[in-house]
Amino acid sequence: MQLSQIIELVNGSVVIDGSCINAIEITSVCSADLLSNVLRYGKKGALLVTCLNQPQVIRSAEISDIPAVLLALGAIPEKDMISLARDKNIILLTTRLPMYTTCGVLYTAGLRSCVED
Amino acid sequence: MPGTDSHEGNFYLMGGDFSNAGSVSSELKSTLIKFGIEQSIVRRAAIAAFEAEMNIIIHAVAGTLHYQITDESVMITVTDMGPGIANIPLAMQAGYSTAPDWVREMGWGAGMGLPNISKQSDIFNIDSVVGEGTTLEIIFDLKKKEM
Repeated sequence: MQLSQIIELVNGSVVIDGSCINAIEITSVCSADLLSNVLRYGKKGALLVTCLNQPQVIRSAEISDIPAVLLALGAIPEKDMISLARDKNIILLTTRLPMYTTCGVLYTAGLRSCVED
Repeated sequence: MPGTDSHEGNFYLMGGDFSNAGSVSSELKSTLIKFGIEQSIVRRAAIAAFEAEMNIIIHAVAGTLHYQITDESVMITVTDMGPGIANIPLAMQAGYSTAPDWVREMGWGAGMGLPNISKQSDIFNIDSVVGEGTTLEIIFDLKKKEM
């Protein structure tokens, strides 16, 4: 699914666009507030949905080849998180929707978990 | 570049340095890519290195991450000056953690670090002395077929 479609579905805002937002195709979703879970289960090309708003989220995405992070429940990214996302070319988005609803909307639209059932 | 000589390097880590957490693993990842290491191994090595890096930042005073790339393998050795681990089998159990609550609030300290390092690697050795520190040896076999 195109990232631009995801932004529309969750009524999201773009914090860092990584200069390639329209070229990004998201293949699955990793929803986690534990960064070891992101490292263990995250998949290349996944969207990370989290409420954690600090820079190690961006590091975890970078290490796991995750191109985009969506902060749920209106989480406001820390300044260091924004600057690291910019440096590492990771797309950073926010939505006011809670995690559960965010994932529900994306699931309904056809995206599945990066962890196989 | 691959298939030539062995290449090695060293990174220094400071305990409590959360603002730079992950930077060493990021640099290691770039180095492995530069040396033509296969993408899936780069990813596994970077993940293992990041977990090890976080362990030092959370638990130790300081430490080093040494890497060696040869035709046969990528070997990462992580040595810290930390509290040491009294019961290694217990520390290897998923969910066992001694991290403080504020670290958990950052998304770490769920007791998955060491099990995750072990899972990502082809060979994993751990040695620890209480009151002195811990050494991890994390090896990726470049000749092995993908799991």
